[in-house]
Amino acid sequence: MTPADLNTLLPEIVLALFAMSALIFGVYTGKDAVARSLVWATVAVFVLLALWIATTGTGARQAFGGLFQDDPFARFAKVTILLSAAAVLAMSQDYMARRDLLRFEYPVLITLSVVGMMMMVSAGDLMALYMGLELQSLALYVMAALRRGSVKSTEAGLKYFVLGALSSGLLLYGASLTYGFAGTTLFSGILSQLGEGVPLGLLFGLVFMLAGLAFKVSAAPFHMWTPDVYEGSPTPVTAFFATAPKVAAMALLARLAHDAFGAIPGDWGQVVAALAVASMALGAIAAIGQRDIKRLMAYSSIAHMGYALMGLAAGTAQGVQAMLVYMAIYVTMNVGTFAFILSMTRDGRPVTTIDALNQYARREPLRALAMLVLLFSLAGVPPMVGFFGKFTVLKAAVDGGLVWLAVAGAVASVVGAFYYLRIVYFMYFGKEASALDREMSPVQWVMLMGSAAIMVLGVVNLFGIEPAAALAAETLVR
Amino acid sequence: MASIILFAPLVGALICGFGWRFIGEFAGQVITTALVFLAAALSWVIFLTLDGETTQIVLMRWIDSGTLGAEWAIRLDRMTAIMLVVVNSVSALVHLYSFGYMAHDDNWTHHEHYKARFFAYLSFFTFSMLMLVTSDNLVQMFFGWEGVGVASYLLIGFYYRKASANSAAMKAFIVNRVGDFGFALGIFALYFLVDSVRFDDIFAAGPGLAEMTVSFLWTDWNAANLVGVLLFIGAMGKSAQLILHTWLPDAMEGPTPVSALIHAATMVTAGVFLVCRMSPIYEYAPQATAFITVLGATTAFFAATVGLVQNDIKRVIAYSTCSQLGYMFVAAGVGVYSVAMFHLFTHAFFKAMLFLGAGSVIHATHHEQDMRNYGGLRHKIPLTFWAMMIGTLAITGVGIPLTHFGFAGFLSKDAVIESAYVGSQYAFWLLVVAAGMTSFYSWRLMFLTFFGESRAQGHGHGHGHDDRAHEPHESPRVMLIPLGVLALGAVFSGMIWYNVFFGKEEAVRAWFGMEAAAHAEAGHAETVAAPAAAEGHGAADTHATDTHAAAGTHAAEGSHAAPAGPPRGAIHMGPDNHVLHDAHYLPTWVRLSPFVAMLIGLALAFQFYIRRPDWPAKLAESQRPLYLFLLNKWYFDEIYDVIFVRPAKWLGGFLWKRGDGGVIDGGINGLAMGVVPFLTRLAARAQSGYLFHYAFAMVLGIAILITWMTLTGGAE
Repeated sequence: MTPADLNTLLPEIVLALFAMSALIFGVYTGKDAVARSLVWATVAVFVLLALWIATTGTGARQAFGGLFQDDPFARFAKVTILLSAAAVLAMSQDYMARRDLLRFEYPVLITLSVVGMMMMVSAGDLMALYMGLELQSLALYVMAALRRGSVKSTEAGLKYFVLGALSSGLLLYGASLTYGFAGTTLFSGILSQLGEGVPLGLLFGLVFMLAGLAFKVSAAPFHMWTPDVYEGSPTPVTAFFATAPKVAAMALLARLAHDAFGAIPGDWGQVVAALAVASMALGAIAAIGQRDIKRLMAYSSIAHMGYALMGLAAGTAQGVQAMLVYMAIYVTMNVGTFAFILSMTRDGRPVTTIDALNQYARREPLRALAMLVLLFSLAGVPPMVGFFGKFTVLKAAVDGGLVWLAVAGAVASVVGAFYYLRIVYFMYFGKEASALDREMSPVQWVMLMGSAAIMVLGVVNLFGIEPAAALAAETLVR
Repeated sequence: MASIILFAPLVGALICGFGWRFIGEFAGQVITTALVFLAAALSWVIFLTLDGETTQIVLMRWIDSGTLGAEWAIRLDRMTAIMLVVVNSVSALVHLYSFGYMAHDDNWTHHEHYKARFFAYLSFFTFSMLMLVTSDNLVQMFFGWEGVGVASYLLIGFYYRKASANSAAMKAFIVNRVGDFGFALGIFALYFLVDSVRFDDIFAAGPGLAEMTVSFLWTDWNAANLVGVLLFIGAMGKSAQLILHTWLPDAMEGPTPVSALIHAATMVTAGVFLVCRMSPIYEYAPQATAFITVLGATTAFFAATVGLVQNDIKRVIAYSTCSQLGYMFVAAGVGVYSVAMFHLFTHAFFKAMLFLGAGSVIHATHHEQDMRNYGGLRHKIPLTFWAMMIGTLAITGVGIPLTHFGFAGFLSKDAVIESAYVGSQYAFWLLVVAAGMTSFYSWRLMFLTFFGESRAQGHGHGHGHDDRAHEPHESPRVMLIPLGVLALGAVFSGMIWYNVFFGKEEAVRAWFGMEAAAHAEAGHAETVAAPAAAEGHGAADTHATDTHAAAGTHAAEGSHAAPAGPPRGAIHMGPDNHVLHDAHYLPTWVRLSPFVAMLIGLALAFQFYIRRPDWPAKLAESQRPLYLFLLNKWYFDEIYDVIFVRPAKWLGGFLWKRGDGGVIDGGINGLAMGVVPFLTRLAARAQSGYLFHYAFAMVLGIAILITWMTLTGGAE
């Protein structure tokens, strides 16, 4: 353990120390009374860290003998994770406070899970991978059950925990198989073992690990927890589930695939492609039957993960770049959409049924318009940024020789457009229904409008994330 | 100045079309009319002061993509100047005329505003037509070409409540589409061959094209001929030549000023303009020009036969237009483009006048268009009568034979026929016969309308008028002034400009800015001695080469050897083209033949409609098959209906009902309403909420993936 190692790890260390001190501070002072200021402090720390990472990091460094990687790919993912976590945290504060859910543990748990995610995306070793993953997951299990009094919330937490444990088991089993056949847990070591004739055991290990990670990104058929957990958890937690952890898990998947198994892209590529196709199809089809917008967003995220996986399945730098761009766009859209969902209340009580949006446009034309933009973007309708996200992954798939996958993705997006557009239909042409409350916290309003504005204005140059993603992808795929 | 001419009508159209709600309908009409009059005045200035040199005024860069470059430019030369005068003068007069004609229209109720729309369309048409004639490249020309097509569509269908007007508008548009397809192919071919759409580059490439072959439709073609034919197909559509002529008579559904402006004087001559404009290509495309000559002559003949028996006053004039366009194409086809332009020029005046006169008659008789219900109008509407009389004298070609004194049509039509004699015997005879028939149907129109007893009684107007007396009344002054102005043109335009269009070859060449001719006086006797050599080229070649030094400017061989730049002048007549020259040395009987034909037509018409009005019915009875054949326009519409329209409808119906409705809609609906909801229900059932189901799904998933990996990946 040298100072250089610690220096490389400094953002994570800072964040971990912040989480612990915040916990101690909360416990020894006003407990929940300080939760509000803790939330804002956490948001500030996240944003500052994101800026720090984005501006100072250069080149690729390793720490602890390759266990920890700090390269443009990791930094891209970390900035995305930190910013989306900050956004979700900021807009959830009001919601939590109103429902008396604002425990001081909430920001602390989020911070810990973010530390875990940062570890994940920087992992250079199976051990580091697992450590980051579990740190993240344990915090998320608790958060799902944050509303202890609610049966649904506890059920969500429990389900998530049990299935998460199963997936961890799969992952660990895969890791041990890999270790057994490769003789090392270092990604670079595994990669060097893949010279000629890959042993079947190693492939088994790969598949098990992919399955474990597929659970984290909620790719079909490992997605079953998603709708139930999304529905049962408090909405801010759902919003968090839908954003930062997805980015982290997707980045980890990419890192594992390319850093450790980059020599056999055909083998994991076909698994990833299968997961992608299953996710897109299931996400599109199952969402049609949903009447609850949170469940709907769960299926939506399953479908979106399918598209991101499609980019990854191409097995090229272009594919990774497309995946990163797609995830950044996806996170932005989801922040906006959940900001809106958080504001959906009737007589002060949260409402999550789609029917509640009937004739919404007549009362709140601006918000309805912003939502329309977001939904169009989610569906991938051309002028919006969401289209370009889909376009890049489809292009990566076609260029990578996976035309069938691209065609399947296009078909699924047509089917999927239905349920997004149905919400628009309800908002603009639906039957008259009892109105939702008009009030919306300023933070949520800003998030909704900002996200919608990005979806429209981003068509100019996607705010320059493409070169950053290209750089990130380049370091990963050599 | 040219830019003002070009954009004045556009400005008028925009102000009137979009701004009349703010400035009022009348103000809109005044503005459009004033602007077009301004354009007309400036056009005359250009026409009279132009020195024949070609100038280009670049307005802006339009297309710049690879080798495809096109400016938005005005090409100002003699051709453009002629067309500017024709288009703007007629348009201005038609605008003025429309004040009166469109003042009260039974097709609209009192609250409806249609006048501003009408004037805006007229001005828009004028702009498009100017765009067409001023273009400096084929793409710009195509823009104008399509613009006038749209304007024509809008104006034919102006009475959009009438089903017949709508279908006529569609017919015009669709038939023109066939021609435009040929035109577009021609443009593509030229771009493919020359790698440019600019006229200068294309004209310079004319001699080269004659030696190239190009493969098209599984056949090897001479490039110049192929391009010539393709461009001519476009011209056929726009100028209503045989095969693609069917839309023109139906286009008479539009208001009469529209018929005068678009379907007589200007738009329909765009095809002739195109052929003349592309003369540097056609000079090297002998087969294409032969085709033009034959088709033009056949159209002239065909349309004249149909015109003999039509009863609708506007349809008679429409077929007459079709026939006269055939004359112009014959002139262009045999290589005397200046004569084609001459006839275009004079025809614009007297045909616009005939149409406006017919409009005046229709206006006077409360929208009665059947000539059988006219009669004896001479005293009721004397001014209109005299205007129509001048028009008829002009179109039938009245003048003093063997001199250059006569009505406009006398000079220009005789010029066409004389040129045809040199170029093609087939065309010559058909044109002479057509001239006789032209005379017959024109006088028939006059006699039926203005002479004899009034036949208006006993024929209900069917316009829902009340029972107040419907005495025919003279039209208001705004309608008569245009007639007077056009009458001036119909009388004098032939005599004034005879020399520069046809009469003196040197004057023609100077006027159009061409090089001086390459044949000397010595050649005359030779050519006159052998007039039967319709091509005239064999003899002409020799004397051209012998005497070019004497002529002193241009060598015949030189133009073949070094086609460096585009030929000078608005039109181009190749060194082997002596038709214009030879047409001045013809036997007297040839020069008399159109006049004689005209007299015969007049005499027959007089016999049939003044002396023995019962003869036409008897003749029609005794020659019933022929009569029906002509009355039904040679059954073109019926044949097209069977060959094209019905199969197309059937195919459309099939694809719509079976293909789109059955297969596609059925498939999509089946998928969207059957399969997808089924899968959705299935997914919902799988999402049972039971933890062990979820765990089972995960285990199942991993099992499938592992199995798959074992079968495929492990096999590597």
